[in-house]
Amino acid sequence: MDYSLLRQFADSWGLLYMFVLFVGIIFFTFRPGSKEKAEKIAQIPLNEDRNNGGK
Amino acid sequence: MKNGTEAIILAAATFLAFLAAAGASDDLFKAHAWVLFFILAATTVVLFRRVEFAPAGETFPPKDTSGYMDDVIRYGAIATMLWGIVGFLVGVVIAAQLAWPWLNIEPWFNFGRLRPVHTSGVIFAFGGNALICTSLYVVQRTCRARLFGGNLAWFVFWGYQLFIVMAATGYLLGSTQSREYAEPEWYVDLWLTIVWVAYLIVFVGTIVKRKEPHIYVANWFYLSFIITVAMLHLVNNAAVPVSLTSGKSYSAFAGVQDALTQWWYGHNAVGFFLTAGFLGMMYYFVPKQANRPVFSYRLSIIHFWALIFLYIWAGPHHLHYTALPDWAQTLGMVFSIMLWMPSWGGMINGLMTLQGAWDKLRTDPVLRMFVISLAFYGMSTFEGPMMSIKSINSLSHYTDWTIGHVHSGALGWNGMVTFGALYYLVPKLWNRERLYSLRLVNWHLWLAAIGIVIYAAVMWVAGITQGLMWREYDDQGFLVNSFIETVSAIHPEYVMRMIGGLIYLSGALVMGYNIWRTIRGDLREEVPMGSVASVTRIVPAE
Repeated sequence: MDYSLLRQFADSWGLLYMFVLFVGIIFFTFRPGSKEKAEKIAQIPLNEDRNNGGK
Repeated sequence: MKNGTEAIILAAATFLAFLAAAGASDDLFKAHAWVLFFILAATTVVLFRRVEFAPAGETFPPKDTSGYMDDVIRYGAIATMLWGIVGFLVGVVIAAQLAWPWLNIEPWFNFGRLRPVHTSGVIFAFGGNALICTSLYVVQRTCRARLFGGNLAWFVFWGYQLFIVMAATGYLLGSTQSREYAEPEWYVDLWLTIVWVAYLIVFVGTIVKRKEPHIYVANWFYLSFIITVAMLHLVNNAAVPVSLTSGKSYSAFAGVQDALTQWWYGHNAVGFFLTAGFLGMMYYFVPKQANRPVFSYRLSIIHFWALIFLYIWAGPHHLHYTALPDWAQTLGMVFSIMLWMPSWGGMINGLMTLQGAWDKLRTDPVLRMFVISLAFYGMSTFEGPMMSIKSINSLSHYTDWTIGHVHSGALGWNGMVTFGALYYLVPKLWNRERLYSLRLVNWHLWLAAIGIVIYAAVMWVAGITQGLMWREYDDQGFLVNSFIETVSAIHPEYVMRMIGGLIYLSGALVMGYNIWRTIRGDLREEVPMGSVASVTRIVPAE
């Protein structure tokens, strides 16, 4: 294990892994049906007054 | 018995500080241990006076833990405000020292020692308290759960204040490990690590016991800030102390690796402390103040992941044209430029949240504060990528342009969004009908905005002047200007910079007054924002 080995791993498999993961996240975010769910989650801060931690 | 255990633990800690002072192997550590001893001794006395006993044969009724835990957040809001004023004040002082060097008072109050008091004061004391207090507020509301861990949140609050005081007094005494934005020595770093782990436990514990099925995006940003800062802190501060009774340590890294570790830390402190954490604030308080959901929740998810994936690589742009390998410099530059996109995505997301509610800007100066803060976020996240381009960096680096850039981000984005959050929080936390005065908020807004604009503009002029003078050659290939000539050339800008800072500080004092009156429960009788003072009607003669 030396610098070049780590370096080679980083700019091949490491890079690929990160890139695929990132692109995957973007596709997952825009999957069909995510819009309605996202809009529901976006309401969380505005809903708080209706039902809070018991107060 | 109330407060008994805590008082006894503190008394033991005080004794340990006394032993540290007695056994110190250098004067600096001794002095700093004495500082710690007196702080802890005073706290122990206060706490012992607060010990309460239940009457014989009885126990205290259990504490009401049904609602949200807001006491610690009230303390946090006040601490944020006070540390902000202190941090800005020290900033004005060191700006004056640069303009008039005789203001450097040896040895404790010279520029070299006061500068980290200013940077740590505004970033960690003001910004850190703002992040801790708003994150604990937001996580409870968006999870609909009380803070996890009971009094652990109090430990986080007071432990963090102790870290700040120890850091600041250390700087004044001359204790530093010379790592930018991470100056405190090893023992203060260890203490911060303990406090930070407790903070993580409180935050994650609250998320785990949430009643809301989803984790709102603001909490993602806050959590990434807590975790990443922990990682940065641990790696960057890896050091070997001379001995356990010495205030001096040596970095685990050497040479260019040390430099890169430092700037990997330094830039990600900006990225995760001053950006991710404050974006958490933005994603909660802007929708609340506008009373509208965020423009696009899915964009906020993309914003989050793009920021996480890109920011961590941008640090090497601080080391352009140094011994750092060229490929690493280019990598840092490319990632910095790519960062422009998620940053503007986030800015647009925040601004567009006001879609259909822009009229509120006419009557709500708190919302104005958020909008100005987002505008500065957009400006400085454009300027930053631009400055990271090598050819531009060759002109801008080591000049006051960098200082101007940092301040348009820190005063404009971090400052304004924190002020907005405080103005939102204080009436809520103290159950007040509204702020003491909205007109004073407007005064604060404009004082702060004018202060920043003066500051940033004169620093551009100063920085470009310096950059051009440093690189000016004559036809024989000699440098035209000596260093001191480039310093005296920008003296007027240094004076103007101090004035800009003074205006910004005066805005913060207006806030302090306004918040103090709000907490007292006063309401100023004033003409509502957006309407003109009623003019006495002239009645035409019959």
